[in-house]
Amino acid sequence: MKQSLRTPISLAVISLIGLWLLVASTGATTMIKTATDTDIFALPDIAINTTVSSAIAFALMVLVAAASFYFARKLNKKTPLWLILIYGFGLIYGILVWLFAGATMPISALLSGALALAVPLVFGSLAGVLSERVGIVNIAIDSQLLAGAFISALAATLSHNLYVGLIGAIIGGAIVSWVLATFAIKYVVDQIIVGVVLNVLIVGITNFFYSTLFADNVSLFNQPPRFDRILIPLLGQIPVIGPVLFNQTLIVYLMYLAVAGVWVALFKTRWGLRVRAVGEYPKAADTVGIKVFRTRYISVMIGGALAGLGGAFFTLGQVGAFGKEMTNGAGYIALAALIFGRWNPIYAAFAGLLFGFAQNLQYGLAIIGSPVPSEFLLMLPYALTAIAVAGLVGKVTGPAAAGKPYIKS
Amino acid sequence: MNKIVKEIFSPSMRLTLLAVLASFVFGGVLVAFASSEVQTAATYLFARPGDFFLAVWNAVFGAYDALFRGSIFNYKVDNLLGMIKPITETLAYATPITLAGLGLAVAFRSGLFNIGATGQIVFGAMFAGFVALNVPLPAGLHLVVAVIAGILGGAFYGALVGFLKAATGANEVILTIMFNYIAALLLAFLLKTPIFQAPGSQNPISSAVPESAKFPFIFGDQVRIHGGLILMLVAVVAVWWLLNRSSTGFQFRALGHNPSAAKVAGINIGLTYVLVMAVSGALSGIAGATQILGTEKFLTGGVAASFGFDAITVALLGRNNPFGVLAAGILFGGLRAGAVTMQANQGVPIDIVLVVQSLIVLFIAAPPLVRSMFRIKAEKGGAK
Amino acid sequence: MKLELRGITKRFGAMTANDNVNLVAEPGQIHCLLGENGAGKSTLMNVLYGLYQADGGEILLDDKIVKFAGPGDAMAAGIGMVHQHFMLIPVFTVAENVILGHEPTKFGGLLDLDAARKQVREISDRFGFEVDPDAIVGDLPVGVQQRVEIIKALMGDAQVLVFDEPTAVLTPQETDELMAIMKQLREAGKAIIFITHKLREVKEVADKITVIRLGKIVGEASPKSTANELASMMVGRAVDLDVEKGAPKLGSPTFKISGLSAWNHAGTQVLDDINLEIREGEILVIAGVQGNGQTELTEAIIGMHGRTAGSIELDGQQLIGKNVKQVLDLGVGFVPEDRTEDGLVAEFTIAENLMLDRSDRKPFAKGLSLQLAYLKKFAQEKLQQFDIRAQGIESKASQLSGGNQQKVVLARELSRELRLLVASQPTRGLDVGSIEFVHEQIVATRDSGIPVLIVATELDEATQLGDRIAVMYKGKVVGVVPATTSRSVLGQMMAGISA
Repeated sequence: MKQSLRTPISLAVISLIGLWLLVASTGATTMIKTATDTDIFALPDIAINTTVSSAIAFALMVLVAAASFYFARKLNKKTPLWLILIYGFGLIYGILVWLFAGATMPISALLSGALALAVPLVFGSLAGVLSERVGIVNIAIDSQLLAGAFISALAATLSHNLYVGLIGAIIGGAIVSWVLATFAIKYVVDQIIVGVVLNVLIVGITNFFYSTLFADNVSLFNQPPRFDRILIPLLGQIPVIGPVLFNQTLIVYLMYLAVAGVWVALFKTRWGLRVRAVGEYPKAADTVGIKVFRTRYISVMIGGALAGLGGAFFTLGQVGAFGKEMTNGAGYIALAALIFGRWNPIYAAFAGLLFGFAQNLQYGLAIIGSPVPSEFLLMLPYALTAIAVAGLVGKVTGPAAAGKPYIKS
Repeated sequence: MNKIVKEIFSPSMRLTLLAVLASFVFGGVLVAFASSEVQTAATYLFARPGDFFLAVWNAVFGAYDALFRGSIFNYKVDNLLGMIKPITETLAYATPITLAGLGLAVAFRSGLFNIGATGQIVFGAMFAGFVALNVPLPAGLHLVVAVIAGILGGAFYGALVGFLKAATGANEVILTIMFNYIAALLLAFLLKTPIFQAPGSQNPISSAVPESAKFPFIFGDQVRIHGGLILMLVAVVAVWWLLNRSSTGFQFRALGHNPSAAKVAGINIGLTYVLVMAVSGALSGIAGATQILGTEKFLTGGVAASFGFDAITVALLGRNNPFGVLAAGILFGGLRAGAVTMQANQGVPIDIVLVVQSLIVLFIAAPPLVRSMFRIKAEKGGAK
Repeated sequence: MKLELRGITKRFGAMTANDNVNLVAEPGQIHCLLGENGAGKSTLMNVLYGLYQADGGEILLDDKIVKFAGPGDAMAAGIGMVHQHFMLIPVFTVAENVILGHEPTKFGGLLDLDAARKQVREISDRFGFEVDPDAIVGDLPVGVQQRVEIIKALMGDAQVLVFDEPTAVLTPQETDELMAIMKQLREAGKAIIFITHKLREVKEVADKITVIRLGKIVGEASPKSTANELASMMVGRAVDLDVEKGAPKLGSPTFKISGLSAWNHAGTQVLDDINLEIREGEILVIAGVQGNGQTELTEAIIGMHGRTAGSIELDGQQLIGKNVKQVLDLGVGFVPEDRTEDGLVAEFTIAENLMLDRSDRKPFAKGLSLQLAYLKKFAQEKLQQFDIRAQGIESKASQLSGGNQQKVVLARELSRELRLLVASQPTRGLDVGSIEFVHEQIVATRDSGIPVLIVATELDEATQLGDRIAVMYKGKVVGVVPATTSRSVLGQMMAGISA
């Protein structure tokens, strides 16, 4: 039994980026600004020589690539995930320091901006995980986010209550996912078609009401309050990451809970075992008395509810008022995060953070006038996902029955 | 002839028409709901219900009347050109939608869920635009070369997906979604570089396509019908022939229905994936070329508009049959054209088109739903 | 516990799959339900297991009427089922698979996998199954997977056990072990229903035999009946199970495989130094349990297997390195083992299926243009010649019976200029009449002086049809022996012991 060399070769090829970083390094210094106002003790800024950092990054990548060959050929094993993570860390580190050559990298600001962009992505990818794990392909994440954003703004404005807004978002997302589930399960419509169409349908409906109802009576329908940030004592004072992670609105804290909760539910509970069984081989689940359709509806709708929360972050967590197509395709990036995260809620959440970071980086770079066009940073999630599904770094396969309707004879 | 009549009265066609009807009814509900006259009348609904229903009627009729006048025939103007201009607008919209829809129909029939028309249109437009803007050629030849470049651009971007699928087994749905975004961002980037950006401009827009590379207007400058329409009609027939009368199309369909049987029968699966996606992308590429060389005459980031989605709906509504795609393309082209008038005259947001269009596709895809809405019993011997 | 089915009727549209079926299974007995493919055995068991709802009749347990809305109810009532296609989730562990549907939990909802492991070990030890609860099911050999399936059926203390065609995937040895397990379960007082169409197995374990034909019970038979008697009852007419064929007229060995090895995608060797030759006018049967390299061997011959080394020669031409199309063009006819998956396009018409391999060639195409008039003529000819029962050449392949589908495949493959015929399990899942037809066609092909390679998993077919038999085990040819070799020797060879 021989291991495929696909992963080692891919890693080796991508290492050329590291080499290029090294060659293109000017030896300028990058300052990393770590301090923020709320730190208990402020870390000093760190100065890094870009040539040194590029060399470190390149060396790290080459070492991991070599280790990967070693694992494949000598140990006959797959490259372990932690090695690939180290590789990814080296790559990101090298690129970041190189990008900010001769300038200051505001690491906290970059991270908190990244988190803000990532919240809907993470909620959305959880929706995708719950849906695809039970066997329903969810291209319609974007519509669930958008519905959550729309309903939450409307409900919070009408009730003058943020929590009513949140509940509205949950219901809104769940309703959209119920439509997806109904068409997929009851009417056996191709799940991709339903997903694509739902995305547009919800854009149409929300745009329509935005231009009519909302436009005429902004104060009546579209002027919701916003959540305040809550600083968590102690945790919020950890240098660098404290204020990023623990000085956030309720919705962000709900996201942490949701990621952990979905992971536990899927992999540690009876319910999760059944969900995964239905997503892998519905007939087998049926023959042991598991209600396939009901399991599918429930899991998909819980996912939709979570996506609704993610949608509420756009309005109640950030902007306040609902705006036309305000998700801006976040649902598709969430889909990418879910695939890149291999249908695992925790990996998907990290993929969401990575994609959020890439998106946010363009603002940081714009400030220092970096020559790297923002379009390429924005392209990153899509390109990485395309690479992932093409199997260039390990094989990506989803639940076996995803996308296939279960027809009881 | 008999066959056509039979087709129109066939149960599946009846369901299609009912699905379209139901979607328009739902659209009407939205229009009524958002109308301020209706809202006012609703406040005294129980006192004078007649007012309410009159207001609903006025709102809905007004909207659909405007839709009709904007898309088919404008009976409110007094000159012939003005009267028929709407239908020509419909055809102008229908051209790219139908072309891209044909492309998707080819892919769907071959079992490939290509939802990458957007990206393929962008590539077609970029390639065609590059030749049109940067390669000086004599009139006539310039247009031909630009269109061919558009075809190649779309074909290349499609074939890339086919190749990745053949080589790695990657799922084409995910690939094409990702490729749509990559193409759009690439275009956005290139529009800021000298390759496309108009000299002296700060905006992401190209200079105008030179006359030598423009599609000629067919009925004079007053109506936006250009040579692209002819190209589209030719493509309908060509795709029909390809799918139903050629051995290549036969192999496409065999692959679509049963890839493993096709493989055992000696059909080269990998190559066929690439070919299918190339043909599919080429048709979207033509759509991109007609947009930039005929309709818009500039290259902008919005060149693909919502055509990618429209193409999906058109292919589905047309049941992947080239003539069905043409009919569906004209229907949705009409919706687009009419919606402009509807918004201008009646203040009904253009987005209503998205709603109606999406509902049509959902209803078409779920015949039992339509049957239960209209209380029709399932045909004997039909699907269980 | 005693199980009784009383007057069960189940219809699918116009088709009656079960017509007023009565059946009684007593505790401590093995009750065989014998019938041809498509006779309605599986439908009946799906009704019993709550997967289908009967249109008429009732189910009684210990003389009390019970109603099963779903499999959950049937399981709760003490009915366990060993499915023909294992109802196991490949990516789950044994323990996870076994507890699915009635999972032990702790702290209100968290899975208790320790309890699950204990339950698996308990049953596994009681019957000597030797199954590791933490193994991933997809990694286990088929025989072990079946034991997992049995453990699953036994969970919840099932008293009635249904075995649906359980031996189809087993080696003769594994089959013997299964028979022993069934006897053991009988001793434990379980009522066992054993569904099969294999007469030998019936005769070995049955206490009682019920024969079903076209959805109706045609009667009971004694376990002492001869195979021909049982077969006649099953088919409804006198059946001669022997294949009619004369002595082979052997020509020169035009088909040679030497030193053939192959590897799968994971890099595992699946064919190991295969050496075979077939003479003109000879049938060589590859016998062996499914999954011992037969599929890979046929794939390698027709050019579908990428990772191969060695040599396959037909008429002096090297086949390795050629693609499927090139191999077919050299005159290889190929009947794949799964005709609906690999042999036919279900949505295509008979005519279209008949040109599947030649659609871009003259006379089916001129340039790129299909010659539909020629196709029509050709298809009508074949319809007659192969006695394909259909409304016409425009009938879809999916509308045909299994036997007629196989005739379409044969018609296509035999209508090329053949130099070699490769047929993989050509009679799998067919009714007896179609089996006879397929055998006749194969023998006729051999008698026309063509080398024939048949893959068979049933020993009876191997010895009846073959002139010589090559037995494969774990990717190797254990030996090539005359067709007259005894069953027990062949059985040993199928387990890897060379003769």
